Amino acid sequence: MQFSFSEEQEEFRSMLRRFLEAKSPPSAVRAQMETDQGYDPDVWASLAGELGVTALHIPEEYGGAGFGVSELAIAAEEMGRALLCAPFFASTVMAATAIMNAGSDDQKRALLPDLASGEVIATLAAAEPGGGWAPDQIKMTATKAGDGYTLTGTKSYVLDGMNAGRIVIAANAPGGGIAFFTTSADGQGVSRTALKSMDPTRKLARIDFDAAPVELLGDAAAGAEAYAQTMDVMLTCIANEMNGGAERLREDALEYVSMRMQFGRSIASFQTTKHKAADMLLDVELSKAAGYSAASALDDDDPDARAVASMAKAAASEAYFQTAVHAVQMHGGIGFTFDNDTHLWFKRAKQSEAFLGDANLHRERMMQHWGTDA
Amino acid sequence: MSEMTVEQVRADVQAYLKANWDPNLGLVEWRLKLMDSGWGMPHWPEKWYGRGLPLGMTSVVDEEFAKVGAVGVAKMGIRVLAAATILEHGTDHHKEKFLRGILTGEETWCQLFSEPGSGSDLAGAATRADLKDGKWIINGQKVWTTSAHHAHYGLLLARTDWDAVKHKGLSYFILDMHQPGVDVHQLKQMNGHASFNQVFLTDAVIEPEYQVAELGEGWKVATTTLMNERRGADSARKYDSASDQLERIYEEERAEIATVMAPYTWYPQRMGRVDMLVERAKALGKYDDPATRQEIAKVLTLAKSAEWTARRARAASAAGKPQGPEGSIGKLAASIVARAANLAHTTIAGPDAMLTGDDDGTEGVVAEILVSTPAISIAGGTDEIQRNIISERILKMPKEMRTDTDRPFRDVPRNQV
Repeated sequence: MQFSFSEEQEEFRSMLRRFLEAKSPPSAVRAQMETDQGYDPDVWASLAGELGVTALHIPEEYGGAGFGVSELAIAAEEMGRALLCAPFFASTVMAATAIMNAGSDDQKRALLPDLASGEVIATLAAAEPGGGWAPDQIKMTATKAGDGYTLTGTKSYVLDGMNAGRIVIAANAPGGGIAFFTTSADGQGVSRTALKSMDPTRKLARIDFDAAPVELLGDAAAGAEAYAQTMDVMLTCIANEMNGGAERLREDALEYVSMRMQFGRSIASFQTTKHKAADMLLDVELSKAAGYSAASALDDDDPDARAVASMAKAAASEAYFQTAVHAVQMHGGIGFTFDNDTHLWFKRAKQSEAFLGDANLHRERMMQHWGTDA
Repeated sequence: MSEMTVEQVRADVQAYLKANWDPNLGLVEWRLKLMDSGWGMPHWPEKWYGRGLPLGMTSVVDEEFAKVGAVGVAKMGIRVLAAATILEHGTDHHKEKFLRGILTGEETWCQLFSEPGSGSDLAGAATRADLKDGKWIINGQKVWTTSAHHAHYGLLLARTDWDAVKHKGLSYFILDMHQPGVDVHQLKQMNGHASFNQVFLTDAVIEPEYQVAELGEGWKVATTTLMNERRGADSARKYDSASDQLERIYEEERAEIATVMAPYTWYPQRMGRVDMLVERAKALGKYDDPATRQEIAKVLTLAKSAEWTARRARAASAAGKPQGPEGSIGKLAASIVARAANLAHTTIAGPDAMLTGDDDGTEGVVAEILVSTPAISIAGGTDEIQRNIISERILKMPKEMRTDTDRPFRDVPRNQV
């Protein structure tokens, strides 16, 4: 595993941070979260065009830039920091990764270039109402129909489901075992309903399938491993995204207490505040170390990569929400108001805690895949 | 000397060892030769048993010693702190009198800093040194003094001026431990070990020549000692350096290591022994229990994240990048890991957690973990002090208002011992 970033990676990070500071300040986040679409198409076009983030980890032969999970995770971390409203996670991290892991060469040639260029937004539908993202929680099963397949049933908690032009679906193949399927979002038998998302910066949808014709991606027999590999990348990226948000919250809370005076002195001079700030730093730094290690482990094909990806998600789930709770507390009453920005990150922290499975689920997944060096 | 390349140093030390190293020599006999050659402490000045090499080159010398199994000068325990302090602040007379016995290992040292009334607040030391008839007379009590029961000398921080402000009234002395005014008692800990001592000083005598640096400079000198303690904590407590070879010199070295390391046998247990968790859970049939797996996973997540954070800090420092926050949180992280590991070991042990010694099923190792982890949150800077350091030095938060630095020390409220 790598324990430091290369100069190129640091440069990529600072370039992205500058862009997001300009294009995604809290005022822009608030403006986008009030819309149904939930993102600014011009910012998305710049992210895809000038910055190329939609192409990052897609192989060059499919129109991508051929970087690794580490670069993808840096992008996720910076976007989490800025609370960027954009379909990057749904389209690039989730759908493109699923197609990369499951699709045949022809399918990747047909589907990935449009995702790499950002022209098509895609998403991955996996969890079902009341269920989750663990393979055994996915009940929808495809039906063979002539040369193809159809899907019937409901997927929920679909990120940017209303914005997507293409949907990738995780469902059981007729013979059993998870496989990936895909269809156009306006395909026959597909109907979408926006859900009321607790985190308004991240839009969710329910998608109903009624004998909807879908295309199987790749070989159904390899689907379970493709799903697990896709999950590893998603977990690693969401963990880094969460760490970016947690660090921003920590910094903002520190800045606030450093300005705030009570009892004739800076509240940052009270030991109770200082010790909380020190604990927040520890929580976030430990979680960052797990997130970076997960990305590096995936890039290195480390045998423990799957365990570390789940560890990183479990760590970030606790660190981000704990940091958010502390951040509200350090702001005092103003931190509970809608005008103060803290709640924007607080809600992302809460939603991300459950998204893709909570800390308990991922600690168990980590234990199942831990190698010999425990 | 400073112009030498790594290759030249390597060739020189190889030549020296080829001509001189002999495992059948006595330990002191060999170390005296080594001190004459300067290869024992190659980064020390040539005048004082060294060769004036840059500190960065000592690892090359260590490597060559390790290749042939050559024993080095005595470097374990408080002696290295004494040596570093004397080299930086001592007179030539101090260096002549003390460095030899430090490096041969014939004389051992202890550090008389902490007191019952001043632990985290080390500069609040209230042991007094009064000049009477041309000699310093010492009265007071020191505590947490490792090795005091066999030490020949002690590094003493004592107050010489009660009208000065706190940090300016302290002076630094070298105390001869073998005298009637020095009374050493072992301090029994909650885990049954007695790694430290209390030292009662009653009209103990120090000749004026054993004052180190100027009067009132004691805090500054103590800072040198403490900096070396933090820097060298790992190497001073190495457990695995005893060779199992049979020649005379190795036997003598093993005896020395056993004496110096005796206080530290429980130190791995105070860290929580994360390495034992999975194996213990499997052995006791708890590995498939979901609640136990959650506990183990929590500890592994903390322990691995802490290890990776430390590796990030080392990678940044190796690349010459400025120190980030990741370098300062290790001590606090270790406390949290140890506490979580204590809980997980208890979950795994079940009712056996009620037993100790050879009744606990692990020859007392797990029982020792369960009653030793509180130490890691206290020793070497409490968790609270670590949080102050993090918040003030890393996060740049203001210091708490103080009432002890703006008045003569005699007017500062303090513990009645």
